Amino acid sequence: MLGYLTLILVCQLAGELVAGALALPVPGPVLGMVLLFVILVLLGEVPESLNQTATGLLQSMSLLFVPAGTGVIVHFDLLGEALLPLGAALIASTLATIVVTARLMQWLGKGRADG
Amino acid sequence: MGSLQETWVYLSASPLFHLTMTLVAFQIANWVFEKAGRNPLLNPVLGAVLLLVALLVVTDTDYGTYFEGAQFVHFLLGPATVALAVPLYRQWTHVRRSALAITVSLLCGSLTAILTAIAVAWLLGGSAQVLASVAPKSVTAPVAMAIAEELGGVPSLTAVLVIVTGIFGAMFGPAVLSLIGVTDLRARGLAIGTASHGIGTARALQENETAGAFSGLAMGLNALATALLLPILWGVLAKYLTF
Repeated sequence: MLGYLTLILVCQLAGELVAGALALPVPGPVLGMVLLFVILVLLGEVPESLNQTATGLLQSMSLLFVPAGTGVIVHFDLLGEALLPLGAALIASTLATIVVTARLMQWLGKGRADG
Repeated sequence: MGSLQETWVYLSASPLFHLTMTLVAFQIANWVFEKAGRNPLLNPVLGAVLLLVALLVVTDTDYGTYFEGAQFVHFLLGPATVALAVPLYRQWTHVRRSALAITVSLLCGSLTAILTAIAVAWLLGGSAQVLASVAPKSVTAPVAMAIAEELGGVPSLTAVLVIVTGIFGAMFGPAVLSLIGVTDLRARGLAIGTASHGIGTARALQENETAGAFSGLAMGLNALATALLLPILWGVLAKYLTF
């Protein structure tokens, strides 16, 4: 368990270093995800303890967004001023993105939907 | 009474207090969510944020003090993102088989997210600062904040918009997908991850592993696509729209 948590942190750290050194527009953790993915491809399987560690982290993923979300408290003024453009843009754009992406993917990936 | 007061002053300044409150608020919100049969309107992230905002307002605590405790939870976002490699690996055969469909759908989704956000905010009289803050709202917070800064937006406002977008997508995404008849789990996951990043992915993982893996993949790819496309589009749009 601890060994795989270490591996996850090492992947993240490596991702941060690469992103920083090469000034890439991708965040370190996303590169870390790619790195861990490559390691899994090389291993050819997911070790059970890694599976447990990853599942543990992912099961509580919603919680992890709470501190950043609470940051809304700092922006009450700005949000109040631009509530209409921000709120409408956010709602319309999120719905449009979901519809466009899903419809296109379902249409293009037709016949192999037995996921 | 004096010693209770002193204890409160001591505790409220210690990271333990706000770390614990973050977890307690989430447990309460999640309990309500489960009790109500996972009603999407009672999204636990939203519930926890509302409870914490109320706590901070009532106790007159500033966000910086709160974050000293909450940062330990916030920190785990990075490792959780890395851990998405595990479901992705398990779904790899599905992903590889539909690589072209994924690439095309994701690019169109990414463009839709950027252009509709800018267009709607512009039509409703948003300032350039507002437009720049909302444009990257569909991608994961660290990338969105970096992009907003580059375009002249307010990065910490963007972080909030990113979270709200995630909550909104997690609340209504699955219902909207069912409404428009999208049953393909890969398409459902890809759409939720493209539109609402990690919070959507957390929701998709609850639904199904295939949807979760495609959502995690979409989150990563959309961060990349938006980071590359948005600054270019912004330059072009700034010439034609007056903002």
